[in-house]
Amino acid sequence: MAQAGDTAHVEGQQHPIGIYFKVWGLLFVLSAGSYAVDYYHVESYLRWSLILLFMMLKAGFIVAYFMHMRWERLALIYAIILPPVLVLIFMGLMTFEADYTFFTRDLFFSMGK
Amino acid sequence: MTDTTLTESSHVAPKPDGMKGFVNDWSSDQRAFKNVSWGKAMMWIFLLSDTFIFSCFLLSYMKVRMSTTVPWPHSSEVFALSFGGEPIPLILIAIMTFILISSSGTMAMAVMFGYKKDRRTTAILMLVTALFGASFVGMQVFEWTKLIVEEGVRPWGNPMGAAQFGSTFFMITGFHGFHVSIGVIFLLIVARKVWRGDYDRETRGFFTSRKGNYESVEVMGLYWHFVDLVWVFIFAFFYLW
Repeated sequence: MAQAGDTAHVEGQQHPIGIYFKVWGLLFVLSAGSYAVDYYHVESYLRWSLILLFMMLKAGFIVAYFMHMRWERLALIYAIILPPVLVLIFMGLMTFEADYTFFTRDLFFSMGK
Repeated sequence: MTDTTLTESSHVAPKPDGMKGFVNDWSSDQRAFKNVSWGKAMMWIFLLSDTFIFSCFLLSYMKVRMSTTVPWPHSSEVFALSFGGEPIPLILIAIMTFILISSSGTMAMAVMFGYKKDRRTTAILMLVTALFGASFVGMQVFEWTKLIVEEGVRPWGNPMGAAQFGSTFFMITGFHGFHVSIGVIFLLIVARKVWRGDYDRETRGFFTSRKGNYESVEVMGLYWHFVDLVWVFIFAFFYLW
């Protein structure tokens, strides 16, 4: 039937409940992981790579499974996911800016002494 | 019946997937989001704009924190809480994180039961989600009170270090808490509609006067998961830094 595709749309996103429980458990484990990083005072580069890794994994699982992005068409996925990627570039720019601002401030305050 | 009106459809190949499907959808000179209703697409676009707002907050916080010459207060110690004994670092924040994740889990299942047209389970799961959300806001109120009254943190300064700590903290968590509060109200409204069977009877909404269906639960879920998503980033950048 020509209608088959449309009927599937009307029914909406239907997935077995097990997926939600698995993702839920995984999110718990990942959160516990990032809390443990702080609790056991993991420092410097290892700390940051772990925190960012857990963060990205959590965000990815929430968007992909809870928000059903995994089962959407690419047209929507790209429209929603690409703009935040550009924000990451903005983020990089601001990090460089911050270093520069810090350097100028540091210089200014040390000259005042 | 429908075959007569869709005479052209016999020529139309099924929508291709992957990159080709992406190009086809966007260049089709029609709606770009083929199997997504307007309500869902608009919720996604709203969430995208909200992402920009939160990104701006987090970015400015990040820049301020990196460029200040005064030491930043130790979030691990500031947000520590003791239950009679030694203070446990970030314990309240960890509990809040788990509560919000659990609320996301119950919401995802509410969406599933909604599409199964199981009104009772959907409404109950949404109420549980709202309850989790309300307790999250309650804990945030407790946290703010402790910070303002006991630690003396103000938007313009605090006794522990960089003055910007207060302004960024109140701005970011305040905006997030506001989102959670609105979400709880939104949840209660949709849960009431589910409970009454508005989506089974396709009752017209009083605001849009359009026929409702169970997709509203999914759209509501998108908003709720987004609130959880933002907390993931706040947790990493504000509390764990």
